[in-house]
Amino acid sequence: MRARSRVVAESDGHGGTRLTELRSESPLLLRRTGARTVHLVGGGAGPLRGDDLRLEIEVGPGATLEIRSVAAQLALPGRAHLPPSRLEIHATVAGGASLRWLPEPLIAAAGCDHLTVTRVEVAEGGSLLWRDDLVCGRHDEDSGTVRTDTTIRYAGSTLYRHELSAGPAAPGWSGPAVLGEGRAIGTVVAVPASLLPPATSGPADFAIMPLAGPGALATAVAADLRPVRAALDPICDRQPATAGGRP
Amino acid sequence: MSLATLLVLADGRLPSGGHAHSGGLEPQVSAGRVRELDSVAEFLRGKLATTGLVAAAFAAAACARPGNGAEFDQGIDVRTPSPALRKASRAQGRALLRAARAMWTLPSAGREPHQPVALGIVASAAGLGALEAAVAAAHGTVSGAASAAVRLLGLDPYAVHGLLARLAPDCDRIAAAAAKTAGAPVDDLPAAGAPLLDIGAELHATWEVRLFAS
Repeated sequence: MRARSRVVAESDGHGGTRLTELRSESPLLLRRTGARTVHLVGGGAGPLRGDDLRLEIEVGPGATLEIRSVAAQLALPGRAHLPPSRLEIHATVAGGASLRWLPEPLIAAAGCDHLTVTRVEVAEGGSLLWRDDLVCGRHDEDSGTVRTDTTIRYAGSTLYRHELSAGPAAPGWSGPAVLGEGRAIGTVVAVPASLLPPATSGPADFAIMPLAGPGALATAVAADLRPVRAALDPICDRQPATAGGRP
Repeated sequence: MSLATLLVLADGRLPSGGHAHSGGLEPQVSAGRVRELDSVAEFLRGKLATTGLVAAAFAAAACARPGNGAEFDQGIDVRTPSPALRKASRAQGRALLRAARAMWTLPSAGREPHQPVALGIVASAAGLGALEAAVAAAHGTVSGAASAAVRLLGLDPYAVHGLLARLAPDCDRIAAAAAKTAGAPVDDLPAAGAPLLDIGAELHATWEVRLFAS
């Protein structure tokens, strides 16, 4: 399946946001659900091997956009001869604009082979909260092969560059350096850093870390998704990102 | 390229402060995740495939392009979310440069570059190539943590060195992959992360008493 979906949010000039473009192709179906909120509503199971999906997000100067999803994304095996399933997300956030990306988790079902590529470009004075949760395998199931490849740039420089590989193709991924016994991991990248609480570590496998540049990362690893949500939901819901935040 | 020079650079007895760091092992021992030889092996395998690959790639790139040290330094910064790990890497980079200045004629490399960047620059000054820099980086990633395992867990040093011998082909593979990207733009260099190393380093930095600096 091949899909290209795109959402463009612009300031309406009166402190509000209007969506000047909302184009969806199945299974990346976008629905406006609030004044500044769009939900991915999904359309069928997947991604499956062979799928090639691309989501483009553009938030113009002074606009505010929050993207959520109604259900987890379940990466499934599909036909063995097809290439890995691939989801590319490209987002740009202008100065004085704000984007909150708070989807439900990606679940890597046994036998899947999936790659998510994320490229976010935040202009100086823009603000971003970018959350990704990953669950390695459904309940009592081995993890499929999954890789996430994330680059977040701010004011023309790379701020955060991270790849995570799990599943049978990733040596040592379930060992004590990478995820250990953890089968769920959640991360939140915030620009500016002040969108997250101050740096902290613990309890359990949780830390909020100031990045070398003007941002912060919160990471939680746990046996299942519940403790990850307990650690990250409160800091994501803590305060809506205000446009024009300063790093 | 001189093999003997590579051995001098990769020797664990090089006085570059590596013995003070556990490579992230100490917090995982404390968390109960690493108790015996098998879990040390899994730790080393995961570390090599993630931060080991990144270190090897940046050592190779810095060796091939030693004048671009600042750019590579920033590349490691954005791949290292944990401030404790950034600090540990810079401390080891500085210590390596100090030792290497007495060994070879080094170009200017900044005061405190990240360890893999320093290693690449030093390898280049020693007349080594990108692949050799990458091998030294990959091997250093696992050998430091392995010797910490002996000290933290009282493991049989023969058995731990057996692990290192079995990991040697993996080190070669990682180094070969790393050397291939030595000419790539910084954003395209490997960025494999190890979340428990990041979180563990942050927890570890808050301890009042610890055996290793990181």
